[in-house]
Amino acid sequence: MGRYIIRRLLWMIPVILGVLLIVFALSAIAPGDPVDSIVGYDAPEEVREAKRQELGLNDPFILRYGRYVIGVFTKGDFGTSYTTKQPVLGEILSRFPNTLKLTFFAVLVALIIGIPLGVIAAVKQYSAIDNATMVFALFGVSVPQFWFALMMMYIFSIKLNWLPPITANSGAAGWVLPVAMIGIANVGMIARTTRSSMLEVIRQDYIRTARAKGQKEGKVIFKHALRNSLIPVVATLGNTLASSLGGSVVAESIFAVNGVGLYMLNSIDNRNWPSVAGGLLFLAIVFSFVMLFIDILYTVIDPRLKDEFNAKNKMAANKRAAKKKAREAARSAKAQEV
Amino acid sequence: MAKLYTPAMAKVDKRKAKEAARNKGKVVRSTPAMEAWKRLKRNKLAIVGMLVLAFIILIAIIGPWIAPYDYAEPDYDHRLETPSSTHWLGTDSTGRDILSRLIMGARISLPIGFLCVIAAFAIGGTLGALAAFYGGKVDMIIMRILDIFQSIPPMLMAIAVVAVLGKGVINLVISIVISSLPARARIVRASILTVKRNDYIESARAMGASSGRQLIKYMLPNALGPILTSFTFSVATAILTISSLSYLGLGISEPSPEWGAMLSGGKTLIRTYPHVLLFPGLAIMITVLALNLFGDGIRDALDPRLK
Repeated sequence: MGRYIIRRLLWMIPVILGVLLIVFALSAIAPGDPVDSIVGYDAPEEVREAKRQELGLNDPFILRYGRYVIGVFTKGDFGTSYTTKQPVLGEILSRFPNTLKLTFFAVLVALIIGIPLGVIAAVKQYSAIDNATMVFALFGVSVPQFWFALMMMYIFSIKLNWLPPITANSGAAGWVLPVAMIGIANVGMIARTTRSSMLEVIRQDYIRTARAKGQKEGKVIFKHALRNSLIPVVATLGNTLASSLGGSVVAESIFAVNGVGLYMLNSIDNRNWPSVAGGLLFLAIVFSFVMLFIDILYTVIDPRLKDEFNAKNKMAANKRAAKKKAREAARSAKAQEV
Repeated sequence: MAKLYTPAMAKVDKRKAKEAARNKGKVVRSTPAMEAWKRLKRNKLAIVGMLVLAFIILIAIIGPWIAPYDYAEPDYDHRLETPSSTHWLGTDSTGRDILSRLIMGARISLPIGFLCVIAAFAIGGTLGALAAFYGGKVDMIIMRILDIFQSIPPMLMAIAVVAVLGKGVINLVISIVISSLPARARIVRASILTVKRNDYIESARAMGASSGRQLIKYMLPNALGPILTSFTFSVATAILTISSLSYLGLGISEPSPEWGAMLSGGKTLIRTYPHVLLFPGLAIMITVLALNLFGDGIRDALDPRLK
């Protein structure tokens, strides 16, 4: 088990390097010349060329990539914004709490609503509640999030005047609509996953055993069934998170949340590529670490995986031992021949 | 205590008895595809989804002949009209008929959605199939590279690619294909892996079938079920992504009647003329809903155990 976690941690190194490579490769073909922002658009070609030489922009790709990686890791150098001339990382860090809040609450709300809905639907399969839940879930995954947000804004902010239409400077109430917008798709996804895994678990022998020994129905459902059926839900948590991060970009743009997504979108409009790349890199790194956490959580809560892993390890160890034996046998045979 | 003979089981028995009576004395030909079609036909919601989808495709095909007005021609005398008998869904800020634009928009969203998914499956699927077929190091290398791509959330990846390549239909397709590659590769890989160990593959190999022949002739057709299911859902997701990107101003932009672009063009009118925003969103939702219902139906029909 410990070995799996260590291996998973080590795997983060190539993943992060790979993400850096993707972002760097995108930067290489991105519009805009970094020299422009330093010496100005109208600088003579010699000055530009000299600056390019100085910055090492004429070096081979692999060398520049190496410098980029070292810069990111040692100095937190995510680049410098073309427009503000400030380090991108600082600009991102000041906005990240908003994105984090949005994504975190969207996932949390989706879990709080989605799991109970899925459980009720499964326990009362084919009932009116089940059908209503599934219709709602289907609506959640089919409605375009941004349109849903606009319609909610129309109803709750403009017609009823209950909620502020923008998040900035409007306190907790301002977060309701953006969280609901991202949450709606996730609620659907989580409710569907919980329902189907719950249905599978309810038919297992150990549930029948629990009932047979006279366990209360509530305990059977929540203690025996739910805990086991949550494993696939944890497995889909990564997808939920990915869609929430994507959704947060759209939500930030609609509700004027000053987060990383809005920062990236504005930077695209300004052709300010370093900020776009910085935002992308930052969110991808955060996402990778959360995925790492989910993976480890997954192995901790699912004892079957542990067994499987141990069995695999044992098999691999046996294989290694057999190979070693064969090698030794071959060596001794050779020695005998000589 | 669970009922031993539920009404649902009785219903199935009754249907089977009816079928048997009808086919008495006849030789009935049955293939897995026919069985699946039979199950699909019984799923009312899936049929509704299929019919709605067929209707939208039909509209897309005959669009230019049935659209009541020119979708691109501004009519400044009839700006921002609410739905009426002359303009069924009203007009937008330059007086263009919203219904006509929606009809012509179906010619954009659906084909591009399909194109994205076909391309993603062609590229990602090939990678996934190769990974599953050769296994070992090839599998490891391909899957690890895809892992890295997957550590960037798809929507962010799509946004970044569009930011680099610029707007436009082709760039939009490229961005969606790149962002959805890993997921498609995984699906194909998983389905090939499940059929790979079957005896008929072994016998094909024993008969001397080449790798390509084993893969294309024997494995792919048998692995098609989950791929087909995922295809429908993927088109739904692609349509949502296209409209989101267009809404953000990164995909297809005005004056194109793409549904997301129509919403993007009307977003400032939300306080005053919400009808401009209502109908394009409904069009996207109905299309995606139909695809999801149909996809659910295909999944249940192909793998009845999941139900």
